[in-house]
Amino acid sequence: MFRRSLPADAWGLLLTCPTSRQIIDDVAFAKRARMLCRPARTMKPAPFKYIAASSLDQALALKAEYGDEARFLAGGQSLIPAMNFRLARPAVLIDINPLSELAGIDRSDGETIRVGAVTRYRALERDTAFLNVCPLFADALPHIAHPQIRNRGTIGGNLSHADPASELPAVATAMQARMKIRSSQGERELAASEFFIDLLTTCLEPGEMLVEIAFPASPLRSGSCFMEVARRRGDFALAGVAAIVSLDEDGQFAEVRLALCGVGETPVDVSDAAASLIGQRCTDQALKAVAAEVQGTISPSGNVHASADYQRHIAGVLTRRALASAHERVGHA
Amino acid sequence: MTTRFFGAPVKRNEDRKLLTGRALFIDDVELPGLLHAAFLRSQVAHARINSIDVSEALKRPGVVAVYTAEDLGPYWRPGPLLVPPPPIPGIVFNTRTHVPLAKDTIRCAGEPIAIVVAESRYIAEDALDDIAVDLEILPAVVDLEQALEKGSTCVHADLGNNVAAHVRQAKGDYKRAAAKAHLTLKRRFRYEHGISSPIETRGVVAQWDERAEHMTVWDTTQAPVFVRNVLAGALGLGEGQVRVIAPFVGGGFGPKIMMLYPEEATLPWMAMRLNRPIKWIEDRFEHFVATTHERGQIHDAEIALDKDGRILGVKDVFLHDNGAYNPYGLTVPINSQCTLLGPYVIPAYDSTFTSVFTNLTIVTPYRGAGRQHGVFVIERLLDLAAHELGIDPAEIRRRNLIPKDAFPYKNEIIYQDFAPLEYDSGNYEPVLDKALAAIGYESFIREEQPKLRAQGRHVGISIACYVEGTGIGPYEGAKVQVRTNGKVSVATGVGTQGQGHFTSFAQIVADQLGVDVTDVDIVTGDTDRFYWGAGTFASRGAVVAGNAVNEASLAVRKKALKFASDAFECAEEDLVLADGKVSIAGIPEKFIRLGELAQRANPMRGAVKPGTEPGLESTQYFGPPSGATANGVHAMIVEIDPETFDLQIRKYVVVHDCGTVINPMILEGQIHGGVAQGIGNAFFEKLSFDEHGQLLNASLADYLLPTSLDVPRMVLDHTVTPSPLNPLGIKGAGEAGAIPVGPLFAQAIEDALQLKKSGIELLEIPLSPSRVFELIGEGRKT
Amino acid sequence: MPDEAHEIALHDIALKVNGTSYKGSIEARMLLSDFLRHELKLAGTHVGCEHGVCGACTVLLDGAPVRSCLMFAVQAQGRELATIEGLASASGDLSPLQAAMHEHHGLQCGYCTPGILMTMTAFLREHHEPSEDEVREALSGNLCRCTGYQNIVDAVLKAAETLRAAAP
Repeated sequence: MFRRSLPADAWGLLLTCPTSRQIIDDVAFAKRARMLCRPARTMKPAPFKYIAASSLDQALALKAEYGDEARFLAGGQSLIPAMNFRLARPAVLIDINPLSELAGIDRSDGETIRVGAVTRYRALERDTAFLNVCPLFADALPHIAHPQIRNRGTIGGNLSHADPASELPAVATAMQARMKIRSSQGERELAASEFFIDLLTTCLEPGEMLVEIAFPASPLRSGSCFMEVARRRGDFALAGVAAIVSLDEDGQFAEVRLALCGVGETPVDVSDAAASLIGQRCTDQALKAVAAEVQGTISPSGNVHASADYQRHIAGVLTRRALASAHERVGHA
Repeated sequence: MTTRFFGAPVKRNEDRKLLTGRALFIDDVELPGLLHAAFLRSQVAHARINSIDVSEALKRPGVVAVYTAEDLGPYWRPGPLLVPPPPIPGIVFNTRTHVPLAKDTIRCAGEPIAIVVAESRYIAEDALDDIAVDLEILPAVVDLEQALEKGSTCVHADLGNNVAAHVRQAKGDYKRAAAKAHLTLKRRFRYEHGISSPIETRGVVAQWDERAEHMTVWDTTQAPVFVRNVLAGALGLGEGQVRVIAPFVGGGFGPKIMMLYPEEATLPWMAMRLNRPIKWIEDRFEHFVATTHERGQIHDAEIALDKDGRILGVKDVFLHDNGAYNPYGLTVPINSQCTLLGPYVIPAYDSTFTSVFTNLTIVTPYRGAGRQHGVFVIERLLDLAAHELGIDPAEIRRRNLIPKDAFPYKNEIIYQDFAPLEYDSGNYEPVLDKALAAIGYESFIREEQPKLRAQGRHVGISIACYVEGTGIGPYEGAKVQVRTNGKVSVATGVGTQGQGHFTSFAQIVADQLGVDVTDVDIVTGDTDRFYWGAGTFASRGAVVAGNAVNEASLAVRKKALKFASDAFECAEEDLVLADGKVSIAGIPEKFIRLGELAQRANPMRGAVKPGTEPGLESTQYFGPPSGATANGVHAMIVEIDPETFDLQIRKYVVVHDCGTVINPMILEGQIHGGVAQGIGNAFFEKLSFDEHGQLLNASLADYLLPTSLDVPRMVLDHTVTPSPLNPLGIKGAGEAGAIPVGPLFAQAIEDALQLKKSGIELLEIPLSPSRVFELIGEGRKT
Repeated sequence: MPDEAHEIALHDIALKVNGTSYKGSIEARMLLSDFLRHELKLAGTHVGCEHGVCGACTVLLDGAPVRSCLMFAVQAQGRELATIEGLASASGDLSPLQAAMHEHHGLQCGYCTPGILMTMTAFLREHHEPSEDEVREALSGNLCRCTGYQNIVDAVLKAAETLRAAAP
């Protein structure tokens, strides 16, 4: 992965379109350009060297060699449009689609579901056993673009791309997923909350690849719900909420996990805002209080489709609705 | 003439080719030695060009040539004024047409600066990055009101201001009307129409045959004949040396008729220089800036009414965003000005507009062509007046409709075809009645809405009425020829972008000549097959070309009957023309096939007298004296989520009158498509510019076209009030669906959320959930 | 200034389209949509946006609909593709969906039609009795600017009915 940096002078007229962000790899190019207008935005990819990886070790070795000049190609459903717009211009593409060891869902350990990074959305949405143990996905997956995109796109690609308006980073955050990362130097694991650090930016170092995501199985007496507001089906969320609630034996809230997409530079964990629910029954008033708390916590920036106030407003609406639905679903698994 | 096909929902002749992927679209044209062009386009909206250095680009392997304005030499000049201003007294019109490549000044983002020609489009785009352009960036003129303030930057420095045109038209005496009024209402309205965004972008392929001195141009144009004429003149060629072919075109909707686009002007010139064919296909990002837009107007409008809600007069002053150049004249704002009058009796009208130059893409007609803006104003004024006066919105419209005995109805002011606006025929009240019945207006307001509101649901209803001036001149022509195999070939000068000409025109011919509709092949859009014509625009194809096809078919029919009557030595009245043959009535065994007649009409011996032609063919032209006025009513019921402000359309009704209908199936398709674009315009599509004239949402991910989940199933009905202006009685229908959707949304949302009670009015388009939220918030503050 | 020189490597690929084997030797960056259209001359697949939104370029990859503008041709090495050219039978009979689109006037300019045919052909293989809502949902990833979708929905429902009637 790379780090985004924007030389202020060259990009004086910065495009702020939320889905065509400046993912400029070749910063040096900007300095060479000598142009007061930006490089032409045109729609065929720039040339690159293509290597179909034969093994994970080989892929990691290549990435270690090329660093930020290389990108991993998984589903390509975010990377290729960026390359077609010439907003991304990697010198090298390492195609990891052949690495079948990186795809698949491992439920052998009952407590944890391990999903390979190159597992396609399509595989996830057709795996009823998976959806049963990770029900947030059942709600969230249909919101991701359209079937044609889901037939290629991968969960690892999505999470590595780290678009804050995307659904799965919020789901991973709500579920407190663990991200397994490898490089030719070794392996490390960290929480989703540490993984997403900025707009379109993860903590992945130049030589690293997200290889697996571990999701804890739903706790007893829990229910979950993902909801979003988007302009059209499949569009990026103007705001979205992933909620997981578990109840104690008396039917009161025991734990609430709450994460939002679309309202910050990264997915936003607002579980603390739901602290007032712990030990409480589910009442309209209690949920409204949480919604207000969430609204006070977030700082959405607005975009061409929605003002920041509207985003803040619907974040509150969705918080209430998602919590109510999650609560209602407890015990219906 | 028996009608077997005319008026029937005949399935389309052209479908098989399209369904099997064999129809030829522009990017399917492959030629030996084909080169590819890419255009370096300005990323800034307003700048002076200090220098352009293409030297590095020329060094790139695979690059064959790079051209700038300098290289075009004397070929470089501003394009023609395609539509001069109408002869309106006192008009101010400052002609500033666009140029093939920017020379000293860039006036909008997307304006082309240089062209790279290379062995592939990929390489050509690589080379664009090699070109160094030194610009002095100037402030961009984007806001219409600021553009007219003293001291504003000028889009055209030599003009000294940003006035592209100033037009005032009036009839009656508004001042007097307002003085007598029981109620006058004044509001400011903002209406933005969007871009056409067909699924196929534009493209040009130019091939120069040096030996034959012949130029062939494939072009996604809606006006191949005009392109041929202008191009021939510009290139110094005879018109017979230039062939323009509009192949299958993936949607036109208006902007594919603007000409000459820089790409249309330069590709042929380069092809002559390089002596190799060249292709340019517009990519989607280019389309957002390089193909013309419709955009916005700001109206300060006032209506004067009596106590019964009858309109005494309307006064309107508006600003129109013209864009950087005005080759297409004033079609769009004139349409706004005229169509505001709608189907209503408006005795006094005073309308003034200023068309404003801005540093944005040129504005030319897009489906509706400015009518939307005018319709929004009058429909909203009537809704607001209805509320003030305590009159039902449907009733206030009814009271103002032009009565059916008032036609032809003179509206006096000058229309886009330069003739005084006159509605040829119409019967408006039944259309309103049908629409109200179809939407269940009475029962909704009296029963369903109160019941649903009691359940806490937010449902609203709206109606909107409109007229559409269609079928204007100048003319079209058609050649109909019976071949010796009995099939019929037809050629006409208009192009086709999905309207079904290959079928609808065939239906006309099939009935006149008694052949099967599948035995008629239609060629459109090839200037070698038909020399004369104007093009497909302004909902005129069926009316004008259709009638030309009819005239030519009639002439051929007469010839066939004459030949047969000579052959049988009987009277023409005793003959029957059916099933591809002419026979004697009552004696079916006595027949001659049409193909045989065609053969006999081309004698190997004997004489063909002057004043006649050989063969069974005829070329005829049709030019209506003025446009035919169609009309309609849309009605809609919506439900709104009172927290997210997203909406669902529960029911959508269109009742339409476009006179005689050739093919009801094709007509319905046109209505469906128009409404879909109207829904996009009203609630989804918005061009977002920043203060530098940069389009922030130049992709289909962020410019939101409606999907199958956003466009409802529609209930359609129609009435038929034929036009007296053409023998077939046809009126145009292509734009109708798109025109009144804006006010429909505004009224329905206001009704669903009961906004008028809170004094909140929706006076702008496009709306969106976020915008409605904001307007309610603003309204609550005041 | 030209990019740093890297040799324009050509990649040899072999794949099947509509059951026929094809070979190609292409740059890595060539999009699958361009490869189909300009190398294999299968121009029935159309290009509308090249950023994966309009759906006109949809083809079937091992039976699943994908955006051919969001794949490089090299990625299709060894794969089986289906495009609009393969929908009608060898003798020219239209598929039930193609025939239904004709019956119900589900196309006007026809430019988005290839993508819709491929998307909905795959959909109908998995959904034998879809509701209108399900059809609209499945169709929502293909943009049409001409038809307003209603007739396309009718065509898909009709095709589903035809396929059910023909099922053993």
